[in-house]
Amino acid sequence: MSTHVNSSKLIPGATGEWEVVIGLEIHAQVTSKSKLFSGASTEFGGAPNSHVSLVDAAMPGMLPVINEECVKQAVRTGLGLKAQINLRSVFDRKNYFYPDLPQGYQISQYKYPIVGEGVVLVDLSPTEQISVGIERLHLEQDAGKSLHDLGANDSHVDLNRSGVALMEIVSKPDMRSADEAKAYVTKLRTILRYIGSCDGNMEQGSLRADVNVSVRKPGEPFGTRCEIKNVNSIRFIGQAIDVEARRQIGILEDGGKIDQETRLYDPNKGETRSMRSKEEAHDYRYFPDPDLLPLEFDQAFVDELGAHLPELPDEKKARFVSQYGLSPYDAGVLVLERASADYFEAAAKGRDAKLVANWVINELFGRLNKEGKSIETSPVSAAQIGGIVDLIASNVISGKLAKDLFEIVWTEGGDPALIVEARGMKQVTDTGAIERAVDEIIAKNPDKVAQAQAKPTMLGWFVGQVMKGTGGKANPQTVNEILKSKLGI
Amino acid sequence: MSVDLATVRRIAHLARIRVSEEEAPYLQNEINSILSFVEELNAVDVEGVEPMTSVLPMTMKKRADVITDGAIVDKVLANAPAREDGFFVVPKVIE
Repeated sequence: MSTHVNSSKLIPGATGEWEVVIGLEIHAQVTSKSKLFSGASTEFGGAPNSHVSLVDAAMPGMLPVINEECVKQAVRTGLGLKAQINLRSVFDRKNYFYPDLPQGYQISQYKYPIVGEGVVLVDLSPTEQISVGIERLHLEQDAGKSLHDLGANDSHVDLNRSGVALMEIVSKPDMRSADEAKAYVTKLRTILRYIGSCDGNMEQGSLRADVNVSVRKPGEPFGTRCEIKNVNSIRFIGQAIDVEARRQIGILEDGGKIDQETRLYDPNKGETRSMRSKEEAHDYRYFPDPDLLPLEFDQAFVDELGAHLPELPDEKKARFVSQYGLSPYDAGVLVLERASADYFEAAAKGRDAKLVANWVINELFGRLNKEGKSIETSPVSAAQIGGIVDLIASNVISGKLAKDLFEIVWTEGGDPALIVEARGMKQVTDTGAIERAVDEIIAKNPDKVAQAQAKPTMLGWFVGQVMKGTGGKANPQTVNEILKSKLGI
Repeated sequence: MSVDLATVRRIAHLARIRVSEEEAPYLQNEINSILSFVEELNAVDVEGVEPMTSVLPMTMKKRADVITDGAIVDKVLANAPAREDGFFVVPKVIE
């Protein structure tokens, strides 16, 4: 648990500095073919009410039967969060009325969740890491979807999402800035995607956050918190925290007090607003669902799932550092997505891994970002990046020509070695040819020669001229050496 | 344990059941007599006894993750007060 007070994260106010305290409840849609308690499809974007069974529609007499895969996904996720797995957990009814909740209650877990306390390590920068405690993870049903803009006086209800399994992952109040909260959600998303228990797709609502925010003077007890409901992007989570912290500081500094309440973030107006009208209904009257027996399994079931977990991001990062000699920062960038890590390992096989990491991170990721592409749709394959790195490592091409080669491979494709051969991009390492080029430049520029001899930093100008004269193909190191000896510096 | 009239009205509201002024005291009596009946159970010492969740030693039934249901829009909407393009249509629920 992090109890640090980092002064750079405090927010200045009229009465001194304030510390913001953040806890998050993440709702992650479980990756499964069918719903938590029915055999209807979970697929996104079906025709309205086409992925609905009579269980999801809460027809009288229908009984829920649990999907074993959803249980496994929750256990796998719990293991990924280094958390306590509870061999016995209980489903409860959380009662409230809303048109997109046909049962009149949500089946959730209250007192006895399937997963207990765990921890997530979050890198904030190359030098700063925090640990965020996990309070619990429980399984619950998603509600349907209400559309309020199809008719002037009515709402349209689609129950396709109704009954889809969610994992609610509750953190401890361990975050102290919007950046920490954003980094935590990013890390959690990476872990879920590695495990394959949630696709992490925020546009489709597979990952949503309820954000609890309070402020206090450093060292004081926690202040009264407000909960900002249903924030659906990492950027908005950060904005909502900053806006809400400033609102609370403003009230407290004016001598007011914070009402514990549920609020909504409006990204267009950049403000949070009270949802007070719903507040009085918040009496959920949880009780154990009489339709469902307790969920029980044995340790062997957990161990079997643990044995088949993929290598998780923290372990993969540590391995990249020790096996390939990468910096922790580069390793962290590469393991953010499992597909990127796999790509890197395929390209690095039998090669200078640091050089490959540089090319993947700087050239490839930079270019993918610019074009809005993902690693899965990269026009340059791992074998092609490897081919380029081979040509650099064996001094066939210079770093500058390698960038041109990367461009060609990106736009036209092809085998890098064949492209270099066909287009005459090979680096000139023939010292005779380079010497002739150097002699020519020296002969033409007696004034610069004098300058360079007085001021050796002028050497760069000569290197540039020689490179120009050889179409960029001269080996820069050889050029440097020959120039130095000919100019006597 | 007993409930007052305000609690009776609140429970009715939470359950979305309309209870008239005349009915409320009657329901209050009923609820209180049920509660006092249940209270007799408090006399039994259950220290260290696991709550019973089933009369038979059963374990929870589980399903395989297979799509076996859905594509029954007409059945799902059979009791809808109004429908349009496969949606339930209800009075607007947003301010």
